[in-house]
Amino acid sequence: MTPPQRRRRQPLPQPPAPPPPVPRSAPSPADGQEGTEGEGKNPERLYIITCADGERAPVDLVTLIVARAEAPSSATPEQTAVLRMCAAPLSVAEISAYLRLPFSVVTVLLTEMLAAELVQARAPIVRQQLPDRSLLEAVMHGLQRL
Amino acid sequence: MDFNGSDTIPGPRAEDHLPHTTTAAAKIVIVGGFGVGKTTMVGSVSEIRPLTTEETMTQAGIGVDDNYGSETKTATTVAMDFGRIRITEQVVLYLFGTPGQERFWFLWNGLFEGALGAVVLVDTRRIEVSFEVMGRLEEGGVPFVVAVNTFPDGPRYPLDDLRAALDLPPEIPIVECDVRRRASSRDVLMTLMRFLHSLALSRSLT
Ligand SMILES: Nc1nc2c(ncn2[C@@H]2O[C@H](COP(=O)(O)OP(=O)(O)OP(=O)(O)O)[C@@H](O)[C@H]2O)c(=O)[nH]1
Ligand SMILES: [Mg+2]
Repeated sequence: MTPPQRRRRQPLPQPPAPPPPVPRSAPSPADGQEGTEGEGKNPERLYIITCADGERAPVDLVTLIVARAEAPSSATPEQTAVLRMCAAPLSVAEISAYLRLPFSVVTVLLTEMLAAELVQARAPIVRQQLPDRSLLEAVMHGLQRL
Repeated sequence: MDFNGSDTIPGPRAEDHLPHTTTAAAKIVIVGGFGVGKTTMVGSVSEIRPLTTEETMTQAGIGVDDNYGSETKTATTVAMDFGRIRITEQVVLYLFGTPGQERFWFLWNGLFEGALGAVVLVDTRRIEVSFEVMGRLEEGGVPFVVAVNTFPDGPRYPLDDLRAALDLPPEIPIVECDVRRRASSRDVLMTLMRFLHSLALSRSLT
């Protein structure tokens, strides 16, 4: 018996087109809550943050978020929850998981909190044309300990 | 959010807190067709209980799938599981088990663009379910290794036959594994890291 046959593909000459903006119909952070006042509920605001200059918030799934302030009295429940869980660095993916909110919604929430200087972002390590060998060596050491 | 009204505040357990010295995170993606063992692999190597991040796919994106009429207004929720391994006091590594259908990948901005590399899981009972993901990685220039997840009822092909069937260039590693075992999954990740390291070396020489 022989396995089915695949054909290798070549790298595309250009990087793939940037992903579409945050889905407009994604639930707002305040969806499913009753009686919550505040900015999270304002759809216009959601629109401005995600689409004003056509740019997504500069957060990756593994951008690390750290709280830099106490929750102000004006903080929404989502903001308060983020500030609590980010007392120690936490990835955006983890924030999305713990809050049970879609990644795009968390992106919006964090963009707002970054602008208000409530949190700080630590940029991820991304793949480079020339990978960082010392990083790879560190990862190998870390894996050996597992 | 659904944590309102419950007495538990969402967030990591105390023992899952990263040290304050953690400056940056890197990510690796684990890909492959339906049911090849992606979730199992994430769970077996993660130091935290595996978590799930969701994304909502709306009508515009659903239109490409014949199973959903383009007039449907319902949004599809796509889930991606992930785990985490602390590397040093400064660096942490995240592993994402991608959704089986590659058309969902664009939902997570930068998932592949920034990943250090990928593990392609292959099930010998139906290796073709991993063909499309491999093609996508090649097109995107994402370096990957192939791990053959051995199911007891799966045919056992010599790795050279699989390499030929997958049309893998000689430098790309292909290894067998049992993703239910932590040591085996760890060895697959090690294979990926060694491969990335060799790429870094050869590129620094050119
Ligand atoms: N015998 C055997 N079973 C395995 C192995 N890996 C996974 N399984 C089983 O195969 C099934 C599918 O594994 P998953 O890890 O859920 O696969 P997945 O790739 O995440 O699947 P989807 O997310 O649905 O695409 C589960 O019932 C696993 O317990 C393996 O190495 N050997
Ligand atoms: Mg899965």
